[in-house]
Amino acid sequence: MKRFCVASALALLLFGTLAGVGDAARSGGTFNFVLPYGGDVLTLDAHKTPNTNDQIVTININRSLYSWDESANRPKLELGEKVDVSADGLTYKIALRKNVKFHNGRQMTADDIIWSYERVMKIKSPAARYVRIIKGAKDFEEDKAARIAGLRKIDNFTLEIGMEQPVDPAYSLYEGGTAILPKEEVEKKGDAFGADPVGLGPFKFQKWVKGSEVVVVKNADYFEKGKPYLDKVVYKIMPEGAARDAAFRAKELDATVVGSAQYPVYKADPQISKNMVEVAELFTRMIGFNPNYEPFKKKEVRQAINHAIDTKLIIERLLKGKAFQAVSYLPSTSPAFDPNAKGYEYNVEKAKALMKQAGYEQGFTFECIGTSNESWGIPVVEAIMPFLRAINVTVKPQQVEGAALAPRLQKLDYQAYIWSLSSGAGGDSLQALARWESKNPASAGNFVTYNNPEFDKLLEAARKERDIAKRNEILRKADAVFKDDAPIWFFNYNKAVIAHQPWVKGIKPVAIELMYQDLTDLWIDESSPRAKEK
Amino acid sequence: MLAYAIRRLLQFIPTILAISLIMFFLLNVLPGNAALMAAGAQDRGMDAKYVEEMLKRWDLDKPLHVRYWIYVRNLAQGHLGLSFLRGEDVREVILARFWPTLKLAMAAMLIAIAVGVPLGFISALRHGSWLDACSMIGAVSGVSLPQFWLGLLLMFLVSVKLQLLPTSGYGDGSLTHLILPALTLGVGYMALLARTTRAAVMEILSADYVRTAAAKGLSRFAINGKHVFRNALILVLTTAGLQFGSLIGQTVIVEKLFSWPGVGSLLVDTIFQRDIPVVQGCILLIILVFLCVNLAVDLLYAAIDPRIEYR
Repeated sequence: MKRFCVASALALLLFGTLAGVGDAARSGGTFNFVLPYGGDVLTLDAHKTPNTNDQIVTININRSLYSWDESANRPKLELGEKVDVSADGLTYKIALRKNVKFHNGRQMTADDIIWSYERVMKIKSPAARYVRIIKGAKDFEEDKAARIAGLRKIDNFTLEIGMEQPVDPAYSLYEGGTAILPKEEVEKKGDAFGADPVGLGPFKFQKWVKGSEVVVVKNADYFEKGKPYLDKVVYKIMPEGAARDAAFRAKELDATVVGSAQYPVYKADPQISKNMVEVAELFTRMIGFNPNYEPFKKKEVRQAINHAIDTKLIIERLLKGKAFQAVSYLPSTSPAFDPNAKGYEYNVEKAKALMKQAGYEQGFTFECIGTSNESWGIPVVEAIMPFLRAINVTVKPQQVEGAALAPRLQKLDYQAYIWSLSSGAGGDSLQALARWESKNPASAGNFVTYNNPEFDKLLEAARKERDIAKRNEILRKADAVFKDDAPIWFFNYNKAVIAHQPWVKGIKPVAIELMYQDLTDLWIDESSPRAKEK
Repeated sequence: MLAYAIRRLLQFIPTILAISLIMFFLLNVLPGNAALMAAGAQDRGMDAKYVEEMLKRWDLDKPLHVRYWIYVRNLAQGHLGLSFLRGEDVREVILARFWPTLKLAMAAMLIAIAVGVPLGFISALRHGSWLDACSMIGAVSGVSLPQFWLGLLLMFLVSVKLQLLPTSGYGDGSLTHLILPALTLGVGYMALLARTTRAAVMEILSADYVRTAAAKGLSRFAINGKHVFRNALILVLTTAGLQFGSLIGQTVIVEKLFSWPGVGSLLVDTIFQRDIPVVQGCILLIILVFLCVNLAVDLLYAAIDPRIEYR
């Protein structure tokens, strides 16, 4: 018996060790990933692009001062070791890492961070909005100052950042557009830098076959020792869902984003369904109501529409389950999301009563503009039509192209619109809700010109609150006020999905945008057909 | 002939000017603009300051007629302008994409001619036989097949099931990446050429000079090679030439499906991005290729048919 126990213990130990070895990250190999959005990469100069496709690549060539921590669902300090915040929350003193080198071999210092932020402002970068929170950045942008006053180098590896307001810069300075670039390379290459970038991230740029693929290779001098694990990453530009599907099934792609057409098929596939990563991305899909359109002036009408639609059914049948039902504006991955929040229940009788209360018992007609997108476009509007007919409301769908929709929203040139809005603003619930503050015009994203003093007051209070938990509590209340006012139909939070091959380890559920995969920790095992490809 | 060619080349200028005017106004009256697209304005809160800066930088704040004048002035100097979103010279952006498109179109045309012309020829010679019936059923099917569907079918059969060729992409520009898109693009033209060749050959076979040649005792091989094929070639050449011009413009679907980095996919992307200088450049290039191919076909007539003379 004793022998058996010892043998069993040894066997368990051996099994455990082997299992451990099996799970240990493996270095080497090539990872074929995909760039699925809207065609070619525009530029690889991180400061010049707001495009998702471009940033999927640039976040792995570059590093910003902060990075997104998907496990904590908030940004974390990336290029620094420690941050001290002043009591008033206006000054951040950051001790920088000393082992960070650009791909040209030069060590990164505080000067590089200051220069990068100043470049963002100087070239009128799409990322300027993220740097504008630093004290003096606006003056620098408008040529009223020679430097950004809030940026101070204490020594080569200590940087002080002064803020305009007591907001955490992490939520802005983690953005890919605020990457730290090497001045000498940018100046030497000029406009060509966008096609031949140099950064300090885990991967070095190798080549860009325009319209086809971007290739990056391992940065052996990366500041995290032993990482990245992959030797090479090939980003294949594949905007067509059907083509991605074929490439994934032919094992040419190691991982791919899954569209609504493929989702139910992949879910039903016993092999593929084992290797899918899903996350509620920080996007809220909704129908916005124009407050200038007479019927929508009544809160009861807006609430009635929310009650009249069987949202769950539409998600199940039309979207094939590829969405999470929205219960308020902030999605479930948002830090201030209220887990106890309940959305508008599907209740036609209640909807009818609200319509009667508003004086619209006989109903009305409205036009809803949207794109052809099957998850948040005209097909959804068509699906809600029969539900609204039950409360005598007729919807006239009008399809427009994405580029044509934006100016109409800005000018409030619509009665209702269907769209997908970023409801996370980098995961900061305050910034996300700030879109709906009354001081914001439609041109700044408050497309329904929402105006509620109570909501504004709560947001002001959240801004002043230094305690994160208390701040989130205030924001939860603001979100509840917004939900109760129902300036929109709360439809769903995007369920973003990546399917990967069984040999891929380390795809992360990144809520800000699932395709923003930091590939530093990703590895592939021996069974990959590209396990030894360099 | 040289004088004729020069005259035709000069006629290009008003054609291009007229098309550029129509194109400019059509593109500029489209709702939406590149500044809004560049700002990523749709889903995030808009940075109004950025949008304003970009409108100014790209002259989008100027009246339409002023913008057109700037465009024509630049065009006259050979400048197509700068891409709004890429910041690069439009000429360079397009030239980088032209070779893949040309390669794809030439490969598709090669497949179409290599298969379509002999198929049409044999069908006509074996008129009414099972071979004729089969090839014509194939030809009708080839013309009717939607390119997108055919491409997907080939992708799943050849790449996913048989794992013989890559599904898509340009790779290192090798032949393996070219075959599927070229086949997808070429099948329709192959069918068209087969039908055209068949019709032309059948018409020539019933011509007096063919009967005379046969009466003179010439062999079937000599009649077909010397009289029938050569005469049919004029019609085939016209069709192939004209088709090649339009083929360039029709690469759009195939390029998008197979992630082929050509002018067609660039055109589609830039239309959605409202990167108007690049869209204008792409369309101009497609028109220019069409005009040049037409001219080349006209000039080739004289080489094939001695009865044709240009003055």
